[in-house]
Amino acid sequence: MEIPYTVDARPDTGLTNPKLGIWLFLASEVMLFGSLFSSYVLLRSGAEFWPVQRDILNVPLATLNTIILISSSVTMVLSWAALKMHNLAHFKRYMGLTFLCGLGFMVVKSFEYASKFQHVPPLLPSSSNFIGIYFLLTGLHGLHVLGGMVVNGFLWGPGSRMFDTEPEKFTNRVEVAGLYWHFVDLVWIFLFPILYLL
Amino acid sequence: MEHASSVGHPAAAHGAPHVHEHVEPGFLRKWVFSVDHKVIGLQYTMTSLVFLLLGFTLMMIMRWQLAYPGQPIPLIGKWLGVANAPGGIMLPEFYNQLGAMHGTIMVFLGVVPLAVGGFGNYVVPLQIGAPDMAFPRLNMASYWFYFVGGMIMLASFLAPGGAANSGWTSYTPLSDIATPGQTWWLFGMLMLIFSSLLGAVNFITTIVQLRAPGLTWFRLPFFVWAQFVTSFLLLLAFPALQAAAMLQGMDRLAGTSFFLPSGLVVSGVVKQVAGGGNPLLWQHLFWFLAHPEVYVLILPAMGIVAEVIANNTRKPLWGYRLMVYSIIFLGFMSFVVWAHHMFLTGMGTGINAFFQTTTMIISIPSVIILSSLFLSLYGASIRFTTPMLFALAFLPMFGIGGLTGLPLGLSAADIPLHDTYYVIGHFHYVVAPGTIFGLFAGIYYWYPKVTGRMMNEVLGRIHFFGSFVAINFVFMPMFIQGLHGVNRRLYDGGMQYAHAKDVLYLNTVMSMGAWTLGLFQLFFIVNFFWSLRAGKKAESNAWHATTLDWAATSSPPIAHGNFDTIPHVYRSAYDYSVPGAKADFLPQNAAERA
Amino acid sequence: MAHTADDIQAHVRLYYKVFGTLMALTLLTVAVSYLHLPHTPAVIVALAIAALKASLVAMFFMHLKGERPFIFWSLAVTAVFFVFLFALPMWTEGDHIVGTRPDAWSAGAAVPHAPPHSPTPH
Repeated sequence: MEIPYTVDARPDTGLTNPKLGIWLFLASEVMLFGSLFSSYVLLRSGAEFWPVQRDILNVPLATLNTIILISSSVTMVLSWAALKMHNLAHFKRYMGLTFLCGLGFMVVKSFEYASKFQHVPPLLPSSSNFIGIYFLLTGLHGLHVLGGMVVNGFLWGPGSRMFDTEPEKFTNRVEVAGLYWHFVDLVWIFLFPILYLL
Repeated sequence: MEHASSVGHPAAAHGAPHVHEHVEPGFLRKWVFSVDHKVIGLQYTMTSLVFLLLGFTLMMIMRWQLAYPGQPIPLIGKWLGVANAPGGIMLPEFYNQLGAMHGTIMVFLGVVPLAVGGFGNYVVPLQIGAPDMAFPRLNMASYWFYFVGGMIMLASFLAPGGAANSGWTSYTPLSDIATPGQTWWLFGMLMLIFSSLLGAVNFITTIVQLRAPGLTWFRLPFFVWAQFVTSFLLLLAFPALQAAAMLQGMDRLAGTSFFLPSGLVVSGVVKQVAGGGNPLLWQHLFWFLAHPEVYVLILPAMGIVAEVIANNTRKPLWGYRLMVYSIIFLGFMSFVVWAHHMFLTGMGTGINAFFQTTTMIISIPSVIILSSLFLSLYGASIRFTTPMLFALAFLPMFGIGGLTGLPLGLSAADIPLHDTYYVIGHFHYVVAPGTIFGLFAGIYYWYPKVTGRMMNEVLGRIHFFGSFVAINFVFMPMFIQGLHGVNRRLYDGGMQYAHAKDVLYLNTVMSMGAWTLGLFQLFFIVNFFWSLRAGKKAESNAWHATTLDWAATSSPPIAHGNFDTIPHVYRSAYDYSVPGAKADFLPQNAAERA
Repeated sequence: MAHTADDIQAHVRLYYKVFGTLMALTLLTVAVSYLHLPHTPAVIVALAIAALKASLVAMFFMHLKGERPFIFWSLAVTAVFFVFLFALPMWTEGDHIVGTRPDAWSAGAAVPHAPPHSPTPH
């Protein structure tokens, strides 16, 4: 039993089901990260003492991560464009780069975290609300990056077989994954200045 | 995001004519790990009914302690264990667990899964003429996340110190330092929230994308509109509680102090944390969800009542368009009223005035919807079927609930009423004789569609009249106690307070009412199972209804699509008693000119 | 969406341009942070740059430009609710938050203790 409008857009709404679905999911994610940002602002503005954030966190590393993630957004959209042009080889190249960028992001992040734990005294979530919310925000974001990497890896690997039988459906899948991935980038675009620069 | 595909079907090449090869799924695939919305709807329904019974039982136990404080609980007292009720006498710690879990189970494991997961899943695709939900596999995942969350919640009773005991509202800093069961509550909530989010995505996409040809927005049954708005509430409000649960989880497990202020002293010992936290942050995040959540509780029931009333008055709903605009406005406003739960937290008169104003404004669409339903009865030829009895009772009961909300929504009047039994009376009126009566109406109404049989009318009437009387004995006295200043969440029902002396006797009245209410549910339970085998056989359009769900066959086949051919809709949802028509109803998919 | 090969190529060129802009804005926002502006202007500049970057990603990479109204309106409604969630709690805590009282807009002001609650009207 086929569900209509899974691959073809419904004429009056102009949408496919997965595209509408992912945007709705992203709306909820906006509220999730928005709640955490609101919590951050409330905690910081109500705190008697708040550390100078950029003195504790590693701005150069985070800048590098920002560049990596933005690059991965470009490679992601290029991988989709490659599929629209029926070029599986280019798709694999760009999706592969996207995956590697994600990996790079997580590697840099692990260095960041390690330096917090190895600091003397260790900088743990319990050390202060700033460190606590830093770990929560970046940790939750990191989990989202991991999730995206799993999806991207699947699409690069076993999932790409669908291109042979149902190219349009596969292209839509990549577009949907791309929307999620761009959102993860979007969150970081706000996280970076708020946590590291202000 | 996964694309939908049916179990057992080979992937059809795009554009090829669809050859219907049906491979019958095995038992597990058909009934346990099903992707069919009807099976999933039934799974939600049965699971949530069990949770409702469980939550009700917890309350019946609590009501013993309230009526006869300090006396051993009969029959089951010894089974509760020494940690909870030594000698059968309930400890305050256990009372608090019962209270917190009664609320949690009823709201998150009972009413919403039944109203949205059960009714929504089963009925919405049928009412819009769709073969299934937009994302069947996501639908299955939603159910299992709910199930796992529910199991975690139940298992929490076995944690050291028992289940969560800081109220269903889990206010900080108390919940931060509560026993381990609170952590289980947080994990359970994360599972439940994830389930709801996936479900919300599914419902909205389904309603937008899978409406049958000709089913324009203003031809939708009001029930579908209600589910649509409800899903937006779930989608955009639940993440706030997700965030809050993570923050509290870190406070409890990682030693953070997001909600712990500096210098907090617990039992004479200064808490060794970094401090600087804000306990009210929890309240803001929690109520940002929990206020829309109460509309999640009521909207589907309003939808059901609308369907049942239209059907049993043989008239179109009065003011359908107005009701639709009202429900959309209500959904929107529900996001800006939350701090009326926080009037006494010292926010200041300016902010209190703001939230009081928005709260008064939000009562307008509620009144419009309720009035429209009342007006729908005018000049009607009413069939007093069991579903209609419950739907009719909903109207004044929800009216009482809504009206008693008004003094609570006015910040000055709320000062003496906040945290008293008045509040408990108010919200139970809207949820219990309100929503739950609406849900009963729905069960009696759609039972013939699901099973092909009618429920027994005699048992149904006994269930109704007994419940209706008993439920008012449970909740009406709460307003009196509340006006006398009796606090909520007192494990001895106010026995120690001089100001409660004159109204303490009402505890016994309410408890008797609660146990009587419990007894009358037996009529429902017996009816429900007995009718499966022995109920009168029903035709596929048992109630002569207009909506598309009744155009499907009775007991629509599992994993097989719902309609032999895709229905085409030609008319609005409630074309009853159309002048000149052959019958007193015209189904939405009937092309016949009136 | 029907796309010719040329359409896609044009899009690709656009993606690279957006990428370049995003890189530039990233470096800009880091550079500005070294200026150590006072608190309020620093926040405004940082958030403005972030909002600009976010718009570019949303409009072009996520194809929001030219997307269907339903998506747009869902996101707009979401944005409104986010603003409620952000602004209203801030307002409720505002009487004891540094920098939300008109006389304390400058950075470097000593952190005061919470003032007494606003007087109840008679």
